[in-house]
Amino acid sequence: MKLSIGYVISHYTISWRRIAAMIERYWFLLRSSWPRLLELAYWPTVQMLVWGFLQLYIGQNAGYFARAGGTFIGAVLLWDILLRGQLGFSISFLEEMWSRNLANLMISPLKPIEFVLAMMAMSIVRLLIGMVPVSLLAIGFFGFNLYGMGLALAAFFVNLILTSWAVGIFVSGVVMRNGLGAENLAWTVMFLLMPLTCVYYPVAVLPPWLQIVAWSLPPTYVFEGMRALLIDHQFRPDLMIEAFFMNIILFAAGATGFMLLLRAARRHGSLMQTGE
Amino acid sequence: MKIYQRGMAVDGITFTLPVGSVTGLLGGNGAGKTTTIAMIMGLLTPTSGTVRVFGADMPGQRYRVLHRMNFESPYIDMPMRLTIRQNLTVFGRLYGVDGLASRIAALADELDLTDLLDRPTGKLSSGQRTRVSLAKALINRPEVLLLDEPTASLDPDTADWVRARLQHYRSERGATILLASHNMNEVERLCDRVIIMKKGRIEDDGAPARLLERYGRHTLEEVFLDVARRPDTQGTAQ
Repeated sequence: MKLSIGYVISHYTISWRRIAAMIERYWFLLRSSWPRLLELAYWPTVQMLVWGFLQLYIGQNAGYFARAGGTFIGAVLLWDILLRGQLGFSISFLEEMWSRNLANLMISPLKPIEFVLAMMAMSIVRLLIGMVPVSLLAIGFFGFNLYGMGLALAAFFVNLILTSWAVGIFVSGVVMRNGLGAENLAWTVMFLLMPLTCVYYPVAVLPPWLQIVAWSLPPTYVFEGMRALLIDHQFRPDLMIEAFFMNIILFAAGATGFMLLLRAARRHGSLMQTGE
Repeated sequence: MKIYQRGMAVDGITFTLPVGSVTGLLGGNGAGKTTTIAMIMGLLTPTSGTVRVFGADMPGQRYRVLHRMNFESPYIDMPMRLTIRQNLTVFGRLYGVDGLASRIAALADELDLTDLLDRPTGKLSSGQRTRVSLAKALINRPEVLLLDEPTASLDPDTADWVRARLQHYRSERGATILLASHNMNEVERLCDRVIIMKKGRIEDDGAPARLLERYGRHTLEEVFLDVARRPDTQGTAQ
């Protein structure tokens, strides 16, 4: 294939208008469906309440946990950033499969990178709709102020959202290639990371061989960093920087996987059939 | 050529669509019509050979030409919860349509959708949905319009109405139209050229009148049945 200037321009320039059109499309959908809006905040609220009350109970009966005030609620809120970030991304993609609209998009001038950027933006929108009310409830119910983490929260958020996007992009590619039969992956893949990224307990609890696996996953650094902040009142920038570089690699791998799966979908005719 | 794991879908076909022509792809189920259209749109990569639209290789150089093309099929839906206006707005922006609000109003007027514009697409009848799909396919005033059985599952009156709109669009814009269909009346009425496909190959190609003459038949349906029922040949790919 000739790599002319025209080819490069037509393939690699990004149209913000098309990205905005896709964001608008998902926003129209969210706005038109109150169950979709409610769902965004429902599970995070339930999770936060369960873990918050559990922490309250344990804190009244154990000195260490009293000192470690808020680690469970903090963990559950950060975990939800990771989980909801990925689901927010994947659900936008699944909406296209469910509505049998993917082929319409793929024959339009919308480029994969624009599609992905729109889904990234929507994952943040969905996350904010779900998490902001829950984080405010956590202040009301348990006096836990997520925003009290300050700049550390920004570092945690950036790292968690990058991981969620990397996983979301890859899973979307798998669903695009294999059809809705692979949809369950979108709902469950993140739970594989839950025990390994040590959301609710320190990495030291794991057997040594599993610790190696845990430290190869960027969210582990975030949850360890959160515990360092809440228990020892110490922010660990080293953990955040390591996680960030790992996330760059993970994101690049996810995006490459998506492009390869898109190419395979074009070869196998998967874009024409959006069923199972 | 397109080969899937399950077998050959399109087998060494060659054809060119002159600008402003209306060509019908005629063939039974599994003849390769949809696969051919999908390759022209860049939705499917050929196993071998090339597909060029306005000189751009598909799918490799598709972004050079996709804004000049569009597609309509009853087998592809639009988001059901979005209203017609919202769907057309989104697609209009994806295609970079200028003066979008007036374009949507004009299309709605032309396709008799004005009173339905703010109704969710999922709450429309199949005839109304076909008109919405057609509006989406015409939103960017495409120079190449690809249609996959555009009147399938429509009642005769609505189908006739859709055909009239397509004829009008062609005469107004001078667009090139490729139409895959099972419907012989539709092909006879709309097309100035017919490509008959069978088992992934081109079995015959010509103007409807020439095909009738060649087969000594009165209708394209009779021609189609002759081709469908004759023993397999290696085709007459051009």
